[in-house]
Amino acid sequence: MSTPQTLYEKIWNAHVVEQRDDGTCLIFIDRHLVHEVTSPQAFEGLRAAGRRVRRPDLTLAVPDHNLPTTARLDSDGQPIPIADPESAQQLEALERNAPEFGIDYINASDAKQGIVHVVGPEQGFSLPGTTIVCGDSHTACHGGLGALAFGIGTSEVEHVLATQTLQLTRSKSMEVRVEGELRAGVSAKDVVLHITGVLGAAGGSGHVIEYTGSVIRALSVEGRLTISNMAIEHGARAGLVAPDDTTFAYIKGRPMAPSGADWDAAVAYWRTLATDAGATYDKVVSIDAADIAPSVTWGTSPEDVLPITGIVPDPSAFADPSKQDAARKSLEYMGLTPGTRMTDIEVQNIFIGSCTNSRIEDLRAAAEILKGRKKAANVKWAIVVPGSGLVKQQAEDEGLDRIFTSAGFEWREPGCSACLGMNPDKVPAGERCASTSNRNFVGRQGPGARTHLVSPAMAAAAAVTGKLTDVRAFAS
Amino acid sequence: MKAISCVEGRAYPVGLKNIDTDVIIPAVWLKTISRVGLGKGAFESLRAVPGNVFDDPEYAGAPILIAGDNFGCGSSREHAAWAMADMGILAVIAPSFSDIFSGNAFKNGLLAIVLPQAAIDRLMEVARTDDIHIDLETQTVTTPFQDRFEFEIDPFRKHCLINGVDEIGLTLKSSDAISVYEAKLSADRPWLAPNPV
Ligand code: SF4
Repeated sequence: MSTPQTLYEKIWNAHVVEQRDDGTCLIFIDRHLVHEVTSPQAFEGLRAAGRRVRRPDLTLAVPDHNLPTTARLDSDGQPIPIADPESAQQLEALERNAPEFGIDYINASDAKQGIVHVVGPEQGFSLPGTTIVCGDSHTACHGGLGALAFGIGTSEVEHVLATQTLQLTRSKSMEVRVEGELRAGVSAKDVVLHITGVLGAAGGSGHVIEYTGSVIRALSVEGRLTISNMAIEHGARAGLVAPDDTTFAYIKGRPMAPSGADWDAAVAYWRTLATDAGATYDKVVSIDAADIAPSVTWGTSPEDVLPITGIVPDPSAFADPSKQDAARKSLEYMGLTPGTRMTDIEVQNIFIGSCTNSRIEDLRAAAEILKGRKKAANVKWAIVVPGSGLVKQQAEDEGLDRIFTSAGFEWREPGCSACLGMNPDKVPAGERCASTSNRNFVGRQGPGARTHLVSPAMAAAAAVTGKLTDVRAFAS
Repeated sequence: MKAISCVEGRAYPVGLKNIDTDVIIPAVWLKTISRVGLGKGAFESLRAVPGNVFDDPEYAGAPILIAGDNFGCGSSREHAAWAMADMGILAVIAPSFSDIFSGNAFKNGLLAIVLPQAAIDRLMEVARTDDIHIDLETQTVTTPFQDRFEFEIDPFRKHCLINGVDEIGLTLKSSDAISVYEAKLSADRPWLAPNPV
């Protein structure tokens, strides 16, 4: 019998084109997602060197980061021009570059348009066992399907466009095992926030993490995508969840996925991918589901996680002096005083969206809390930004949009929006936002914006009370 | 890519941990379609603090930056490396870097040098008054005070940096091997070809 292998090793080994003496490998890339922000300079580089795109058929372009989330078409069905000239220029560049290099392009007013990491799985472009790259650090998201997916920079985007490969060195492997049963009110987002709190923002550095255990197995694909999405927030190169029947059921019938006899061959292959019994990881971290509460961040690093029942920590309580310093700076930026109960913190803004939490399941979870309720008077701005046009359509078919709008939320067009504040959707300086996105960095949601990362249900609950809120108080 | 073998000069003693890419270059600066001009937006939030090292004439034009753990964490934006290059930084020294940042730095000929915290502490001290010297050939960081710290670097990266090798050009030499792989792939996993949108 051959040596037992992990899921990561199997995918890696299946993609080695060449190996150099120093161990660096030329790795074949099966899927490349391209968006408007990290690609213009890559296409510019190709043009300058007179290079073509090697595999346009394995490449898919869709705009998301920059796109305004207000209406895209006027009453005559004509595209509404984008006000910000720089955003417009960047979007035009992608619109020009994709056809010039023969790449499929989903345009801004297509129902299939959305955040790259929502579109890939939704279209069946992202598949188990594949290598997937995109010039965005949350590409690990696709690992929820059992794909080795990771973010790359623009030079690497150019490298993949030109060669369909990357020069890579093998990462170490880590297993994060979450066993037990999730407590009421605890979602996939809380699980991944908790993991990030346990590992720290750099805890997964140099590793590819496989999330295992009964909790992960029981999650829907949407939930697994949420977990893997934030692998980068604990420093990992990529996240993985072994593909299983839940995964196959999710992929079957998607437009770009294999069908007919191809489907059967694909599933047969995917079934061989799970980590073999007896395979070992470089590091194993075990987490008990019973320890995970609905969670929220207090600081400016995603590792600054607390159960919603917690209190703002005292910086001097941290053992590491540099963390003490960072915590002091975080609290100053966040305008928080040690000892304050998290549930006493008022929020003025609510953002439900981002590739972490903008799929249909997320919108359902938020709508369930908001049904028949209204946002509090002190909440000035509350928006829902579906992950794609198709998610938006489905939500509308289910009547979720009406629940949101009656509760006082704005119902927007798909895109990255206030996840990174690159388009006009920004949180005003000094104000707080309960956000379902993945980063609470200084200035992430706009200069001076104060972000508290939460699950969709927690964001909805915060909208209703106007404060960070324990969603369990809403249990029906 | 420009060849680089040594860097000598003043260093911005920043020292903070977890300096993320939003700090290095905020998202509003990402709307450019060019690689140059981003230096103006670099470290905007740190620069907003009075008395910051970036606006201190003492360090004007410093080619080195010293930081704490996990430098460049956060997004994959290569704009972080471009912004630093645009402000004239040629090397960053820190106890650790995010994987994506160190890749991006390397691809833009920016040295990302890993040294233990104790060495960082010492260099932070020296940086306030004196130059620091980095020699890629001998893999050392030295100071005028006889400090000498050795660092590790991937031999392939070292070769590329010293010779200014274009990585795409290098990979294209393996075109035949890629074609062989592709042929095998279409035979073994024909279902991998996606249906067009
Ligand atoms: S939603 Fe946020 S994290 Fe996701 S792709 Fe867009 S900017 Fe990146």
